[in-house]
Amino acid sequence: MAEKLKPAERLKKDRVPMRAQEPEERINNFLEVPFGYSLQEAIEEAQRCLQCKPPYCVAGCPADVRIPEFIEKIIEEDIKGAFLEIKKTNALPAVCGRVCPQEEQCEGACIMNKKGKPIAIGRLERYVADWARELNYSDAKKASVRLNKKVAIVGSGPAGLACASDLAKLGYDVTIYEALHKAGGVLVYGIPEFRLPKAIVDYEVDQIKELGVEINLNYVIGLTKSVDELIQEYDAVFLANGAGAPSFLNIPGENLNGVYSASEFLTRSNLMKAYEFPNYATPIRVGERAVVVGGGNVAMDAVRTAKRLGAKEAIIVYRRSRKEMPARAEEIEHAEEEGIKFELLTNPVKVLGDEYGNVVGIECVRMELGEPDESGRRRPKEIKGSNFVIDADTVIVAIGQSANPIVARSATGVETNKWGYFVADENGKTTHPKVWAGGDIVTGAATVILAVGAGKKAAKSIHETLSRQ
Amino acid sequence: MYKILKKQKWSDTIYSNWIEAPFVAKAAQPGQFIILITNQKGERIPLTIADSNAKEGWVQIVYQVVGASTLELSVMNEGDSLYAFVGPLGIPSEVENFGGKVLIIGGGIGIAPIHPIAKKLKELGNYVVSIIGARTKDLIIMEDKMREASNELHIATDDGTYGQKGFVTNIMDDILKKESEAIKDIWAIGPPIMMKMCTRVANEHNKQIWVSLNSIMVDGTGMCGACRVSVGGKTKFACVDGPEFRGNLVNFDEMMLRQKQYCDQEREALMLLEEKIRRQASNG
Repeated sequence: MAEKLKPAERLKKDRVPMRAQEPEERINNFLEVPFGYSLQEAIEEAQRCLQCKPPYCVAGCPADVRIPEFIEKIIEEDIKGAFLEIKKTNALPAVCGRVCPQEEQCEGACIMNKKGKPIAIGRLERYVADWARELNYSDAKKASVRLNKKVAIVGSGPAGLACASDLAKLGYDVTIYEALHKAGGVLVYGIPEFRLPKAIVDYEVDQIKELGVEINLNYVIGLTKSVDELIQEYDAVFLANGAGAPSFLNIPGENLNGVYSASEFLTRSNLMKAYEFPNYATPIRVGERAVVVGGGNVAMDAVRTAKRLGAKEAIIVYRRSRKEMPARAEEIEHAEEEGIKFELLTNPVKVLGDEYGNVVGIECVRMELGEPDESGRRRPKEIKGSNFVIDADTVIVAIGQSANPIVARSATGVETNKWGYFVADENGKTTHPKVWAGGDIVTGAATVILAVGAGKKAAKSIHETLSRQ
Repeated sequence: MYKILKKQKWSDTIYSNWIEAPFVAKAAQPGQFIILITNQKGERIPLTIADSNAKEGWVQIVYQVVGASTLELSVMNEGDSLYAFVGPLGIPSEVENFGGKVLIIGGGIGIAPIHPIAKKLKELGNYVVSIIGARTKDLIIMEDKMREASNELHIATDDGTYGQKGFVTNIMDDILKKESEAIKDIWAIGPPIMMKMCTRVANEHNKQIWVSLNSIMVDGTGMCGACRVSVGGKTKFACVDGPEFRGNLVNFDEMMLRQKQYCDQEREALMLLEEKIRRQASNG
């Protein structure tokens, strides 16, 4: 058991850095970038925690993870104990430890920000979750109580999995319907291997199956079966099908060969493993120069994937300045380290092609920032006559998603708003008494952890409602 | 799940498989398609549904070996299981009793997906005039089933080895010249160039025509946009807005260019697979 430091000593310690693959090495592979803490590093970092009462960090966590408790267990070198503390509320710790925007959540709320750097809560969560996976330690078992009530969940992404896990632990019979051939939603088709290894997603999905959750793959609700039928067959339905319809720029040349939505590009690479073509059968084309339009996390994932797929130049084109980029700071830093170029205050106006229908470039215009818009960010304005061409073999459009209508059009009595998202209250309740909804299909494209939070709230609300019946 | 219940070889390159897929069979309607994956490393292959039986829980598909993935599928045997099989996808054909004649045109393996549409139209009380065509006699498929699903069946082969010598469009043009008024709607499914030509003939006679677009797809549920096509100047997704569109509005030239997107990779994959199969054969 490691020593518990006095508060003054804790304050003196620096945040323990996480070792990572060097940029020039990692752009040639799809292996995960950071290596994760060793036990010693995890303890060193855990020792910095002040164990505030009440803990600010927990208030910043949508999954209510018992942060001070699990950190204390790390100091005690009781990693199993730490794991069990985390798993009390979060079914996806290895995933969340890697992809949560901790700087906006737990770490953003950490009191240590005032004295220097916050506790690396995400890295510690990741350490603990990886420990369990590497030792094949599992706490998952079927609930001893059986409530004999059935819940259907549409979508096996973070919202669906979190909801399924909580309900299964309470004793519900939970069935997830997944349209794709693999469970995990955006965790498997969207987030690249180098940020979230798929073996980790598979492991956490398997843990949820161990709780007795049934996952029906290759099953499209809205086509194979309607939401109306689910409402007939189940006591409650949770719609967590994600946003998942790509937005395009609506500029000329967008249907040329070599123009991808980020969703297509990432799905080919991540879900279909096109980066291992022809060993895996799905092809992908990148060429020498790839341009990614957009400034969010998905744009960073796409541009870094393009680099790894062999693009000599991989370029971000974003219409505002660096300050307005919605991507996490760490993702932008990683991209910069990997030699990604940034054409900021630049907006595409036309995709250029050759006589065979292939992309050869993208015509852009320079922008300047004007008055703030409704989002509070300064509105970009075109600088007239500043048009120029960036040569490109591939253009990837990463400007967001909208609501996919397939699920909604088979759901009678479940109201959607004018953008096609389900209308739901803060507990996920929709306008239909048996139907809840959460995640991106309610909020529009957001983060994994917000989806996890929505899944958990819906599970709680479903339990409260069904308990009264 | 997804067991190959029956497999038939119809020509050198054309096969039909009956797949055990009760949930898909239960929901399938004419005009819809499925996506299958042969094995864990396979790609998602979209194929239109040739026939289905809800009671027996099977879906029939027809495919031509054109690349590595269809070759892989063709070497699987009865009793083997596919890795994935999902559907029915897309919007069903807008079939109803039009109170008259409908013209149905199927070319090559496009005869397979046109079959359930013809069958349904006939069931609904329409007088179904069908034209099926292929390059040569051996490639004419499902003739008996099409005869059953039609009130009139015309056959064309490019080389004249069966039926009328020439293209389906020649027969189509003749029929429309004679009875354009009586034809209430038209469906054409086949290679893009055939659908383009059928649309041209339909336009000449001022007729609306449905075509079914087999664009390149990945998920097939509107998530990726790989299958986008220009229809009436707007971008549509063949997987969720189609696969059927009014041919009169489709930009076929763009669609045909987009279908060639992975030519090089497809050639590479096919060569590697053929070599692997040869090696296995010589070892085994």
